[in-house]
Amino acid sequence: MNWRIHWRRRVEGPLLSPRSFDLTVLTMLMVLAVHAPHLPVWLSLGLGSVLALRWWQRRRAPGKTPAWLKLPLIALLALAIVTTYGTVFGRAPGASLAVGLLVLKLLETETARDARVGIAFACFALMAALLFDQGLVATLGVALGLLPVLAALRSLEPAQTLVSLPRQLLPGLTLLAVSLPLTLFAFAVVPRLSTPLWGAPQDDQARTGLSSEMSPGDMTQLLVDDSPAMRVSFDTAPPPRGDLYFRAFVMWNYDGTSWRASPPYAKPEPVDATDRVSYAVTLLPNGQRVLPALGVPLGVPDGAVLRAGRVLARDKPVDDLLRYRLTSALHYRLGAAIGPERAPALELPSGLNPRTLALGREWRERLHGDTAAIVGAALALFHDGGFSYTLTPAPLGRDAMDDFLFSTREGFCEHYASAFTVLMRAAGVPARVVTGYQGGFWNRLGNYLLVRQSDAHAWSEVWMEGRGWVRVDPTAAVRPERVSLGAAAAGGGVRPWYQDAWLQNLRNRWDIVNRWWDKGVIGFDALRQRGLLTPFGVEQTDNQTLAWLLVAGSLLFGGAGLAWAMARRQRIDPALSALRRLERKLARAGVARRRGEGPQHYLRRAARALPGHREALRVLMEQYLQLRYAGDEPADESLRDFRRKVRDFRAARVVQ
Amino acid sequence: MRAWLARLQQWAERRLPALTRYRRAESLPIELHRRRIYIVPTGFGLGFGVLLLVMLVGALNYTNNAALLLTCLLGASSMTSMLLTFRALDGLSLASVRAGQAVAGQPLDLHLVFAATRARESIRVELTGQLQAFHLTTAGEAELVFQLPTSRRGWQPLPRMRVWSTWPLGMFRAWSWLHPEQSVLVWPQPEAKGPPPRLPESDAAERQLHHGEDLAALRNYRTGDPPRHVAWKASARHEGLLVKDFEQPRAHEEWRLDWRELGALDNEARIARLARWVGEAHAQRRRYGLWLPTLEIAADSGSDHYARCMSALALLP
Repeated sequence: MNWRIHWRRRVEGPLLSPRSFDLTVLTMLMVLAVHAPHLPVWLSLGLGSVLALRWWQRRRAPGKTPAWLKLPLIALLALAIVTTYGTVFGRAPGASLAVGLLVLKLLETETARDARVGIAFACFALMAALLFDQGLVATLGVALGLLPVLAALRSLEPAQTLVSLPRQLLPGLTLLAVSLPLTLFAFAVVPRLSTPLWGAPQDDQARTGLSSEMSPGDMTQLLVDDSPAMRVSFDTAPPPRGDLYFRAFVMWNYDGTSWRASPPYAKPEPVDATDRVSYAVTLLPNGQRVLPALGVPLGVPDGAVLRAGRVLARDKPVDDLLRYRLTSALHYRLGAAIGPERAPALELPSGLNPRTLALGREWRERLHGDTAAIVGAALALFHDGGFSYTLTPAPLGRDAMDDFLFSTREGFCEHYASAFTVLMRAAGVPARVVTGYQGGFWNRLGNYLLVRQSDAHAWSEVWMEGRGWVRVDPTAAVRPERVSLGAAAAGGGVRPWYQDAWLQNLRNRWDIVNRWWDKGVIGFDALRQRGLLTPFGVEQTDNQTLAWLLVAGSLLFGGAGLAWAMARRQRIDPALSALRRLERKLARAGVARRRGEGPQHYLRRAARALPGHREALRVLMEQYLQLRYAGDEPADESLRDFRRKVRDFRAARVVQ
Repeated sequence: MRAWLARLQQWAERRLPALTRYRRAESLPIELHRRRIYIVPTGFGLGFGVLLLVMLVGALNYTNNAALLLTCLLGASSMTSMLLTFRALDGLSLASVRAGQAVAGQPLDLHLVFAATRARESIRVELTGQLQAFHLTTAGEAELVFQLPTSRRGWQPLPRMRVWSTWPLGMFRAWSWLHPEQSVLVWPQPEAKGPPPRLPESDAAERQLHHGEDLAALRNYRTGDPPRHVAWKASARHEGLLVKDFEQPRAHEEWRLDWRELGALDNEARIARLARWVGEAHAQRRRYGLWLPTLEIAADSGSDHYARCMSALALLP
């Protein structure tokens, strides 16, 4: 009995050429590369090595990998995914499974049919990568992945000119470029679904961003994350930098460690606005239900409601790019009268932070309850009390505010806002914490304000008699640059390398391309579709109209392509065309060229039939034969002479 | 299933003249143009279309515009590839057909020359179940050799052949029929065995070796030449010795193959026997002549003569 281990299984039919196999491997490698950012590292590495091994094995000798090696690998993949994610359903485990199976499919890819199936599935896997990130760079990467796909499909055809591997990728680029007009047209008019056919994928990725909870110290992650949070374009000139406070959450409830947004009741405070700013916000997906608004919002966008603290809340989390228009007031009186929310705005956890509470009480007694003076005393404390701004503060103990105010004295916006609010409440002033964004980068080229996650900020609002809720930013007392120059300037030397000033500047300017992409492609919805088509006289953009438009446009593009494909670019031989002309003249005179009759015979016959032109026709015949057969390339001069003679030839009708 | 499909095809060819416009034979060169190139998606193309549909629905469902853009790009590329598939055949022509020589029952080499004015890739030609692919790097010609099965002697019309291509992506198949008017001549099959030809009396006289008096040429002396062959008079005017070269003895006698002498046999058996004799004579490098009811071929030898005799036999009624 033969117990030799068979590493390869023989296959029937024509095998893939080494070039086709290389291109298929390259395709899989591209799929793996575009999925690598969200695959577990061990899976990427494992699949990469399977790919490399398989490539090496096939270079040595073609053959399928036997089942005893393949099946355990599949089982291992499924097991690893289930242990990592707990399930095989959902976006991330699904993508891992798809990419893994695709790579394992390569183990048995030996014929053109196998390769075609694998390549088609690779197209699907490439598209799946866009479910994780549809930014410009990711999309370009995926589009680049189409080059090996097209090259691999081409290489499967038999009998073709052999060129080097890089040159084999080029025709795909041409094909994509030629197809771009039809692509853009189809993209613009494909009817969009009004409601999803099945549930949208659960956003199972942890996203950094503002949260509805704030405890001093937990924003550090956010402040070094410089991915864009939103882009704001103003209808008029942008407000001064000091007014760029975007409120997202208003927090009342303090339990000694963290602040929570738990509004006592859902009635927004009235506002008396003295000015109005209109602007449009493009909010990047953040998984939250609030919409940041400048100053205090006066209106409410569709699908949102106004909550206590004039917070704009939405019933669905923001999982896709969201665009909304708003009007806000920068100078206002918010909540002139305070009602039942006074009590929660003064509430403090009992038995915690005794020294802070004592300080607050002392201020109230010393300053006789003068709110403005109490606020001034607190700001003066932060300004002159030896406080410093840092993103890496020392950890705080049980009495967090006591530790911060009296021992560590270092921290960032969260610490200052939290300590300030606790002090105010202890001094009997209604106060709350507001979180949101402050500042941003004004992109002059694109005329918009880029707000990054690192622009996240926390500040306080205190209620003053006659002035309502007034914004107080205690961080500004410690580090005014935070407000005037932005988070990067305030951070000092602890910023990561990618927030280096000039690089940051470059990234800020580059953001205009991302914005264009977000606006033009990702944010292209049914509404913008209508906006695009209306100038072309398409008033109704219901699905039926769009479908007709798609069909008609595709036919138009197809027709143009067909005209190109059918165009016969024949190079007419000048001597031959001159002879044809002579033939036409002679045919009118009654001597038509017979089928299969050579020029010499024909012109001799014509000379016999037209005795008046005998000499001219003899000369023409000799000249034509000279042109045609004497040399490889007819001399220009004799060609011109022949054509002129043909032009001047006038034949009288033959006498029957 | 296969038989049913064949019947369906026959029906289609009868009922759909558009498909069968070029069923009748045409004279060479045959150039393919838009009226005679048909395109259908391949199985892979259909599968890919379904995949694109799934991707489209997925992209729309998740309102993922980047994925939608990718799907549109793939779809548009597939459509463009259809035009390229059409262009792979458009303008291609079958320039000439050259037939080899074969006796009935043996395959005949058929050389097909395809020409085009620009480069072509991956074009396949199918003729009587044989499939071959070729490409043209620039404007030029490509020659394919097929083995055409033959069954009986005489003129045999060329079968219809299919030219097709799935270039560049394998999603669409463009095809067309070529049916050249040309016929190929198939030689009769020689009988397996039979008697040798009866030789005429006159041959006996010529059977003897003759190195008689016919002086053929003078050549340089070689060691071992008999001295009586030396041409002394001629050598006197020459540097070295010259030897008279006499004509070599005739190795084989001449055969006269006559149709009338085989009266006892029927038509085809006569032809088969003559074919065998012609073949044997050719193999032995004899001189032979052929008398047929319609044609008289004088004695000669060589492959041209052989071909002439065989063709004459093939064309007998």
